[in-house]
Parts: sequence; structure tokens; C-alpha cells
Amino acid sequence: MTERIRQVRSHPSQNEPLLFELSSPGKRAWQLPALDVPPVDPAAALGEENVRSAIEGFPEVSEVEALRHFSRLASWNYSIDLGMYPLGSCTMKYNPRVNERAAAVEGLALAHPYQPEALVQGALEILARLEAALAEITGLYAVTLQPAAGAHGELTGILLVRACLEARGNPRQRVLIPDSAHGTNPATAAMAGYAVQSIRSNERGMIDVDNLARVVDADVAALMLTNPNTLGIFEENICRIAELLHQRGALLYLDGANMNALVGITRPGDTGVDVMHLNLHKTFSTPHGGGGPGSGPVAVIEHLEPFLPVPRLKRAGAAWTFDYDRPQSIGRVRAFYGNFGVLVRALAYVLACGAEGLRQATLDAVLNANYVRQALLPHYELPHQAPSLHECVFSDARQARRGVHTMDIAKRLLDYGFHPYTVGFPLIVPGAMMIEPTESESKRELDLFIAALISIAQEAEESPELVLQAPHNTRTARADEVTAARKPVLRWRPPSG
Amino acid sequence: MYPANCWYTQEHEWVRVEGETGTVGITFHAQKELGDIVYVEMVKVGAQAEMGQRIGEVQSVKAVSDIYSPVSGELLEINEALTEAPELLNQDPHGAGWLARIRMSVPQEIGQLMTAADYQAYLGEET
Amino acid sequence: MRYLPQSDSARRQMLAACGVSSPEDLFAHLPPEVRLQRPLALEPGKSEYEVLDYFRARGAENVTGHPSFLGAGAYYHYRPVLVDTVISRGEFLTSYTPYQSEISQGTLTAIFEFQTMLCQLTGMDAANASMYDGSTAVPEAAMMAARITGRRGVVAARTLHPEYRAVLETYARNGVLDVATSGYGAASGRLDLAGLDSQLSDQTAAVILQSPNFFGIVEDVKAASEVAHRKGALLIVVFTEAVALGLLAPPVDADIVAGELQSFAIAPSFGGPYAGVLATKARYLRQLPGRLVGETKDARGNRAYCLTLAAREQHIRREKATSNICTNQALVALMATVFMTVYGKLGLRELAQQNLAKSHYLAARLPLRFAGPFFNEFVAQARGRTPEAINAALLERRIIGGLPLGRFYPELADAMLLCATETSPRPALDAVAEVFGRD
Repeated sequence: MTERIRQVRSHPSQNEPLLFELSSPGKRAWQLPALDVPPVDPAAALGEENVRSAIEGFPEVSEVEALRHFSRLASWNYSIDLGMYPLGSCTMKYNPRVNERAAAVEGLALAHPYQPEALVQGALEILARLEAALAEITGLYAVTLQPAAGAHGELTGILLVRACLEARGNPRQRVLIPDSAHGTNPATAAMAGYAVQSIRSNERGMIDVDNLARVVDADVAALMLTNPNTLGIFEENICRIAELLHQRGALLYLDGANMNALVGITRPGDTGVDVMHLNLHKTFSTPHGGGGPGSGPVAVIEHLEPFLPVPRLKRAGAAWTFDYDRPQSIGRVRAFYGNFGVLVRALAYVLACGAEGLRQATLDAVLNANYVRQALLPHYELPHQAPSLHECVFSDARQARRGVHTMDIAKRLLDYGFHPYTVGFPLIVPGAMMIEPTESESKRELDLFIAALISIAQEAEESPELVLQAPHNTRTARADEVTAARKPVLRWRPPSG
Repeated sequence: MYPANCWYTQEHEWVRVEGETGTVGITFHAQKELGDIVYVEMVKVGAQAEMGQRIGEVQSVKAVSDIYSPVSGELLEINEALTEAPELLNQDPHGAGWLARIRMSVPQEIGQLMTAADYQAYLGEET
Repeated sequence: MRYLPQSDSARRQMLAACGVSSPEDLFAHLPPEVRLQRPLALEPGKSEYEVLDYFRARGAENVTGHPSFLGAGAYYHYRPVLVDTVISRGEFLTSYTPYQSEISQGTLTAIFEFQTMLCQLTGMDAANASMYDGSTAVPEAAMMAARITGRRGVVAARTLHPEYRAVLETYARNGVLDVATSGYGAASGRLDLAGLDSQLSDQTAAVILQSPNFFGIVEDVKAASEVAHRKGALLIVVFTEAVALGLLAPPVDADIVAGELQSFAIAPSFGGPYAGVLATKARYLRQLPGRLVGETKDARGNRAYCLTLAAREQHIRREKATSNICTNQALVALMATVFMTVYGKLGLRELAQQNLAKSHYLAARLPLRFAGPFFNEFVAQARGRTPEAINAALLERRIIGGLPLGRFYPELADAMLLCATETSPRPALDAVAEVFGRD
């Protein structure tokens, strides 16, 4: 079956200015009810020195202009609702709309975090239910829902490692991180006060266990692993790795970013992982919203449970209560209890999928990635031959001979109506093209994506300029990132004079 | 390409010696690897540098690279022109794009560095 | 399963293309000892109606619809309808981080507007694209001050939100910062500046002050900045009630501002997701963590926005990054952006004035613990009975009272923090005054 490659039409070309440029004194979009108490003179109540003058430059627009402004901005965005994001390790899956309705239920959206516990039992039940579900999915003992994002979860996890080792007498000095790891891993280790030691991947793209055995000494606190790794390859020696670390008193941390390859098939807790974080905005379908909010729950093995952030949920008769009496806890990692609205969405996803739905999603995610891998093999270089799970990593090696690199191919993909794959990562593959379709793409969408990449490979061969100058069909062309960094302009200012 | 009157390190820095002062920079190869330079940050004037010790960093859009001093000594001067025009580092890395001037405390250290010819050969091996 | 778009025939074709007969074959290389041998112990998948029923039932187990006098870092304000209209658009809700600027100008432009408005509100030169929340923005600000000054000490006011202080302590515990606390004046409820001065040394990187503080009292930011700067320390000013910025003088004497934007149309939602922000003076820009959007031109010469100064961030610097932060709270920050747009220059001031009027109307009828000037929160003294007993009496009238302070400040166990906003109806204000005054 052949299908014409459809290119996206160019975006509507309204030249919508910034709010401040639309602004005009006296325009208004708000109306407050009349005050039912006497007004108070700010200077008298606060002291004149504490009262501000007008907020210079703040916009004044009408309601319709406000709505048009943001609607036009929206029309300049790509989104999952529109098409695929084949971004490796991002798991850009469908964001179910029922999750939005669930989070908007008034009793949940309006609950104040300091409302007396008897008046928020519904919220506490949701937290408890999600903790239990995530513990079951990960095969670990206890879960904290406090961390606000994946990186925040990582920090929490490494702080837990530190607390555990400190309780044993020595926090140790170093954390081992594979050279294929996401940048948050070393940044996190450094924030937690550890020195970072990079571990080379072997030629099959996995951890070399013999090398690891040489490196793990009494000064190593933990190994931070991603499984499957950022090449989409399952660490086949994970049980041996865990054993090795444990023998030498170190812990195994799992970066759960690639959990979408594992749910229902294998559980990190069953492979010797001590602590891991999850990305609810990846595996558990909560929306990315243009860059956040996310949520990064952390799951731990039983001996790490005492160190979890405070408070912990526990039963008090038939009710739930927060337990603040946790002397070994690492403390709080944020105010209140977690990104509750995101947690609601994740639980809605788990409830809708059920055990069978979650497992099927994993099977489809892995099948989709392998289907793409097979189809692209004749056209792009595949540096690692080991089986792929939910993502595959190609390189631009063949196209580079014609001067075309992964970033150029990515930009040309925009002309075909797709968001690019992850460009230039992992660092161990020069010219990397990291592709994760997720289970949310039908065969039809995958075939269109594959056809686009095959066409681009051909263009790289026959008319490389077309690729090098891409994108051609988007509303804006490539941004001058160099000038943006040399001469940063980070806010609007009124034109002078 | 690589001035013969300079000495070179494996980390792609160069130093030109004039009397007791060494003028330090990064090589043409280094700036090419980094891409368009957007920002340069050096340690403060008056700081004591040691051979091989970090004395600053160079940022491009996609990368950050530490700069290691080729020689030991006191930092006398840093190139203020790079604050306004970091692109000088790309345009003229061996001339106007110099990074710092150091009063050398151990002049014999030069003996451990590479000549222009050695550096060229080293680059050949690297690629 | 309705979220999965593959038909069985498509799956069969794809399996054939991969040269396998069943999807499990694609996992055959996993060591047998790691394979889960049973289904996950979760209930079968629910229909959409059942999912919603579940959450509606949980919602009904939370008490809502009562006027509430809780504040303390999460505030009840009207949420303009336009906010949900905008953020529920799929192009904002389901889009990714704007790394590919050509197809993300919507998100990037909105963030640029956000950054601008936060500068206008706080008097700082540069603001980032948001942090997780106010509580985590504080340790990030402290670490930023440590990098800038090369010092390790941080002195935080005891009037900084107790849970924010707790987060700071957790971050500091790993040897990167030393945190000390500075007390407040018993009469004023403000940071005791003489006490603060005695605690500063040439090892102090920053003083952290919240204004309005946890007791709702407006601090003397200018005086605090003088004390800090005399010792070479930076001043970090924190805000938890963003609406105050509509009326209060911006903290221009601060070096770094760290704040919480929940008041700007972010539902209280049992504590999250919220959006924090960090803003600073131009000279400290390169040490600012978090995403930044900058203005530039595209290859055709048109104005365009892009993520910039990425060389501060984890995906480039890795262990030398200014922070490990990856996310910003884009969608939540967008709620705040729409809120600020709807209210605008004059509306935000009127909103703040209404808050001032409501809180002062109530406070005039209650015994106040502190004498300092306050915005929409204040501490009231309970007489004759405990704050908890007062709240129980209020609950009988279907009103949720303020926060008894004993859990955070043992010396204030007989006091309660009350917040009144534009949403507090007069009959509720009168009821609170009545119940308090009964003894």
C-alpha cells in the first residue's frame, strides 16, 4: 500500500504581536464583584513606602483580544493531539481527556492542602491508591508521591541512598553513571554532594560487568542505571549488576524514564533495584503541557522505607492520616504532598487501563519501535545490533558522508509534518537519532513517519541542500540561537524614545 | 595555521611567551569543535593558576568547555573584548581572541608543552 | 483498550515485518528470572464513566463549598474562565518542551510574555520560565547565591514558610550549604534585624526573607537588604501570595526573588501542581537555573523565540550544571500568564485592594497577635479556648477556619493564621468575628 507523503500546510500567518504591543490604556478583560466591606486606604494600612506605583508595562487588553491572542499562539504549536512525537525516552503517548475531567472534579481541585484530614479523606484515598498501584507495577515496597518531576525524583532517590548509607556509618563519595545516561543523572548526583564517575558502555551498548566489578569499591554509593538504557536496550546483566553492588555495600538506583518498555512484563524490584523514580508525564500519560508540570514518584525497597520524605500516609482506624513522626526521614523535598493534580491524572490512566491494558500498551510500544527499526534499517546506520525494546537509536553516519547531520534530518522532518526524534542523544552515538513512537501510534501513522524518513534519506543523497536548509514549510525558520545566547533578550521592553 | 612561536597543550590551549609573561588562548581546532562561542568566563585577575588547572570556561550554544592553564603563575589580565564580542574567539583564536595574560612563575614548564609541529601531529592522531 | 490504536490485523502485519510470530518474542532476550509470571495485581480496566464516578466519589469525600479562611501558601482566588479555555487547548496541553522552536512559537511566545510580566511585577531584570513551586525555588535561589558569592552560609528568617524552610534544610543537608534561622520580633511579627545582623559573617552567601511573611506581615525589605549587603551577602526575597504584588512595593532591593504563583489562577488542588519562579538582577543572569526563553530572529529575518542560555542546564553541563532541573511548569505558568492578562495593570491592583479590604475588615474585629502591617493574612489570638475549638465551632456553621499555628510555632499554639480574599463573603467574615469574640 502506497500513500502520498502529506506535508503539513503552513500555519496561518497572522502577525500576532506580544500582549504588551496589543495593550492600550483603559482596555479591560476583568470585572470583580462590588466590595461588600468598606474599602481600605493602602497607604494608611500598609505604610506609604510599602505601596507600589502602577505596574509599568503590564498589559491592558479586552477579553476577546486575550482569547484571540492565546488562540493564535496555540495555532503555532505542534502537539500530540495533532501528531506523533517520536522523541526517544520521552514517551509522548496520548493524554486521555477523561484524566482532565477527573482532575477538575471540584472536591479535588478545590481541596486546600491544610484542610483538616477528616475533610480531605477523598484526596488521601487517591494518594494511597496510587502509591499501592505504583508499588505493584514496580515490584517495590513503598512509594513517595512528593517529587514534582523526574529530576526531582532522582534527587530524592539519591538523597535516600545517602541517608541509608549514612545510617550504616559511611555515606561514601562516588556515584557511578553510564556514559549513555540522561544529563539529569550526573547533575543530580552532584547536587546530592557526590562525585560522579562515568562508566563506559561496551560495544553492545550495555554495562560491562567485568569492568564494573573493577570499579565498584567501598567508596561507591550507588550506580544510577536506566533500564532499558537510552539505546532502548535491556541490561541483560541487571541481576548480576545488582548483586555485585549489594555485595560491596552499594545500592542500585534506576532511572525509570524508560518504564514504558517494562510495565506488566518485568518489574524493577524483581531485578534487584533498591530505589527508582517514575515519570508520570511519560509512562503514565499525564500531559506535558509545553514543558511541565510532571511528577516523579520514587519507589523503594523495604529497607529504604524509613528514610522516605515526610509525611507518610498511614491508617488510623478506617481513615487515612499523615504521619509526621518519621525520625529517619530525609525531610521534605517540597511543600505539601506532591503534584496532586498530576497524580489524579496518572491514577485515572491506571484505572482505565487496568492490568491488561497496561501490559498491552507495553507490547504495542515495543512492537511499534521494532517495526520502525526494521523499516529504517536499509536507510540509516544502526550502531548497536542488540534487540530494541520501546525505542531504537540510529545514527546519521551514512548521511554525514554527504554533509547532512542528524539535526538537519530532524529539521527536514518538520516539513513532513512530524516533530523530530531526539537529536544528538545519547552522547555515545555520534549523530544520534533516538526514536520512540510509543503505543499511541497506529500502523498508518508509523508508515507515514517511516516514508518521511526514507524520503529524507533519499534527499540527503540526491539533493542535500534541501535538507540542510530545512525547514521550509514551518511558520518560522531555524532560530538564530547563537545571537540569542550572545546577546540575551529575555523580556520585552517598551521601545525607547 | 598554528603559529610557530607558541606552545601547545593536549587540551588544545596555546601559550605565547614574551619575557616573563605568557599570553594564553584556545586553538583553532578547539573553537571549531565548540562551534559558535556565545560566552567566556575566566577566573578573576590576581588569581593564582597552576599548570593544568582550570582557569575558566568557554560556552557555545550546545557545549561548555573548561580551559586549563598551560602554565603556572598569576593572572595579570583577561581579554575584556570577549565580553562584548565572544565571536572574536572563533574569528581569530590565535590573535585577538586571546583569553588571558599570566606572569609565569615556573618558566621551565614550557619544556613540557608541544611545539606547533608536534601539536599538528597530535591533531592528526586524534582524528 | 480504547487508548491503543492498533487493529489486530495491523499487529499481525507488523509482527511479520519484524520476523516474529508473537509480541512476547520481542522480549525473548530478557533473562527468564526477570520476567513477571503473573498479571499485575490491578483491577481490570474501567470505562470512562466508571473512572469519573470513582473520582467524583473521592471528591465528595472532601468537603468543599464552605467559605475557607486557610491561606499559608495556598490561596483561594477567583479563576477567570478564560484560563481553562486557553490551557485546555490541545496545542498547549499536549505539546512538548519547545526545543524545536519552529513548531513551538506558541509556547515560547507565552513564556517570553510570562518572563516579562514577572520582571514587571518584581522589579527584577530577568525571570526564568518557572520552577516546580515556591518551596523548591528557595533552595535553588540559595545555591545560586552560594555560586555567586563563593560562600556556604544561608540565614533564613523564621517567618519564611515552615515547609519552605524544611525543603531548604533537606537540600542543604548534603554539605553544600549551612542553614541558620533568624527569629522574629514578638510584637511586630517581623524579622528581627538586629538579631539578623549578629548572625551574618563573611561566610554568609544569602539572607532569605519572605514578604508578606508566613504571618501575613509585610517585612522591611530595604532595611534587610542593607544588613545583608553590608556583610557581602545577597538578599533573597520570597513571596507565597502573588496577588500582593498587585499592591505592595516590588522587592527591588533584593538580589534574587523566589516566589509561588499559585494565586494566579492555579487551583489549590491539595497542594499541587503549582508554579514557582526565580527572578534576578542582570548581573546574576548566567547563574539563574531553569529554562529561559530569549528573543532572536529566524533565518528569514522574522522575530522568533527560542530556549536560550542552555549552557547553564543539565543537558549540556551535566554534573556542572547550575541545577538538575529539567521541567518547567509550562502549563501552570500559562495559567498564571492568562490570569495576569485578564486582570492586567489595573485589575491586579483592584484585586489586591479587595483582598486588603476583606482581611482588614475581619482583622479589626479580632484580637491580633502582631502589630506589623499585613496584606490578606494575619494572626489572630484565640482567647478562652483553643484555635481548634474555634475551628470546630466554625465548621458547625459550614465555615473552614484558619490554620492553628501550634504545629509550626509552639510559642503560637494559642493563635491562628487567617486569610481573607476577594472570595470571602461578608456573612462569613461576620461569622468568624462572632465565633472568635464569643469568649
